[in-house]
Amino acid sequence: MNGLAFDVAHLLAGGLVLVSFMMLYQDRLYALLNVFALQAVVLSLSVAWQAWAQDAPHLYITAAIALVLKAIAIPVALHRIIARLGIQRQIETVVGVGPTMMAGIALVALSMVVMLRVTPEADPLAREDLAFALSVLLLGLLMMVTRHNAVSQVVGFMSIENGLILAGTGAKGMPLVVEISVAFSVLVAFIVIGIFLFRIRERFDTVDVQALDRFRGGQQ
Amino acid sequence: MTPINGVTLILAVPAATAALLAFLPGYRLSARLNMLSAFVTLVAALSLFAYKPEPGPYILVDDLNIVFIVLSSFVGFTTSVFSASYIAHELETGRLKAVHLRFYHAMYQVLLFAMNLALVANNIGLMWVAIELATLTTVLMVGIYRTHEALEAAWKYFILGSVGIALALFGTILVYMAARPVVGEGLDGMVWTVLIQRVVDFDPAFLNVAFVFLLLGYGTKVGLAPLHAWLPDAHAEGPTPISAVLSGLLLNVALYAVLRFKMLLAANPGALAPGPLMVTMGLTSLVFAGFMLYRRRDIKRMFGYSSIEHMGIIVFAFGMGGPLANFAGLLHMTMHSLTKSAIFFTVGHIAQVKGTQRIADIRGLTVTHPMLGWGLVVGVVAIAGMPPLGIFMSEFLVVSSTFARNPLLALVLVGGLLVGFGALFLRLQGVAFGEPVGSTAPVEASYVPTGMHLGLVLMAGVYLPPPLVTWFQHVAGLLG
Repeated sequence: MNGLAFDVAHLLAGGLVLVSFMMLYQDRLYALLNVFALQAVVLSLSVAWQAWAQDAPHLYITAAIALVLKAIAIPVALHRIIARLGIQRQIETVVGVGPTMMAGIALVALSMVVMLRVTPEADPLAREDLAFALSVLLLGLLMMVTRHNAVSQVVGFMSIENGLILAGTGAKGMPLVVEISVAFSVLVAFIVIGIFLFRIRERFDTVDVQALDRFRGGQQ
Repeated sequence: MTPINGVTLILAVPAATAALLAFLPGYRLSARLNMLSAFVTLVAALSLFAYKPEPGPYILVDDLNIVFIVLSSFVGFTTSVFSASYIAHELETGRLKAVHLRFYHAMYQVLLFAMNLALVANNIGLMWVAIELATLTTVLMVGIYRTHEALEAAWKYFILGSVGIALALFGTILVYMAARPVVGEGLDGMVWTVLIQRVVDFDPAFLNVAFVFLLLGYGTKVGLAPLHAWLPDAHAEGPTPISAVLSGLLLNVALYAVLRFKMLLAANPGALAPGPLMVTMGLTSLVFAGFMLYRRRDIKRMFGYSSIEHMGIIVFAFGMGGPLANFAGLLHMTMHSLTKSAIFFTVGHIAQVKGTQRIADIRGLTVTHPMLGWGLVVGVVAIAGMPPLGIFMSEFLVVSSTFARNPLLALVLVGGLLVGFGALFLRLQGVAFGEPVGSTAPVEASYVPTGMHLGLVLMAGVYLPPPLVTWFQHVAGLLG
């Protein structure tokens, strides 16, 4: 792969990690959805670039799915659901922004150390893609555990998925990437439908002691 | 045109039936069709013993996965028989509506399809997709009652299961990356039979990291502590046939995925030994679940914890490795699937007739409902590992093979087993023999599935047929 192709792929993958950090400090749901849409756009650019650089036209399908479904359809649907169900628009965090960001930096450092250490043999683009992908994955996990609200957990999960798509498309010639990305989209679509159908406003562990009591005490 | 053989049938029959059931109104017909389809699948699975198709890039049938396929088709069939009588009662009491049942039956077949696909997949990407599909269908079924508790359980299962699935996919991608320099780009890099032949030359560091992700990812689905949080809730809040299928089958399917990757790692001399990781997770689950059994108040939740305990034992046995421990692991897995689903069949009817799942409100069953009561007693005696039933035999093998190699580990193992044993009998005492409480109405239960399972477990404890022993020994040898 020549210098420019490498640099652009690198730039886009790094961009994904950066957008993941942006998601960590959002404190309003609508803003979070916008940042997520931005991440999906960056992902779709990155996948399209890989499709061009690797000369693998089927990856354009994955890029198109990322753009249409994750950058447009799901954010729009979630916007509507939030309005329709009257979900609280402030995001309650378990940990403050400062510690979360510090933890995020530590996780990125960890994934760099792990992935770059174990892959000295692999080609440079693939190993750096993997390191970035693992960072996005871990940042998504961090977001899921530090948020109380169902919608922001789902956004965290979808950003984990973005990291996985990045890893899958970065692995040159990987079979079934398109199928896997379709399967993942089905999963995500089900989650979003589930939120709407079951009217899941908050994550379930509420501060309402009675609700807790009903579940832990009564049913165990 | 693909030829018609056992493999195409175990995939095509459930898939076609699922499509059909989605449009069929009337639950009686659906329930029968469900049974019929599960039976045909079982016959097709048995036919694999006689004729195994050649492995292709997507499909593989070898001696290892036949055991899993037959076991899961058998439990899938008996559960469909149980489900028919269970579902009729749910419809009468109004907990489920006809439209839910249509959905339920279609999903049941999709689940069987997904599990069979995961088991016959030769391609690690395809295996991942199939396990994802199985997760999705069970999530939908766990939440089918739509009560607050059921939705919370489904949501928890969904989020934890999805994270597990995501980690497993990352591991799968890493395996492909490790294979690519050796095997080359394209489809071959994900075909398990190709991987196992060439794995000697893979970069061990890559494989190590991949296995950690795969163990954590699929381990979540096996229900290993500390990733088990979804399991008790999902067992307690879903319909009981689904609890039986979850414990009896889906945990095994995830375990099967772990085993396939363990075989890859074991074949590479430079990679880390997968055994100690699995031993640690197995023992943690066993001891943890043993203690957790004491404070349970919900009967299905209690048996959910018992499944964590037994999956811990099985993973421990496979982690120890070697012919004897692997043999014990396989046997224990089979016995656990049969016994635990039999227990859930009984518990399902008990919860229906008593109208509650609270252990405190279910007492004196042997007096009010002798068949159910004694069925539960036999089931619990079996699951606790008392002679002469099958689980005693497999637990004895696990313990004795561990004592021979590492007495310290064996002490922890025996300690964990005894803790769980105590808890189960403490609870059984009141439920089976206490002062009778609650409804004494007769119950329209189907005792055949329970009887079949427990009969097989008893038979295995008394006499294991030699062909089965040779087969399991052979498979244990394959597992390394």
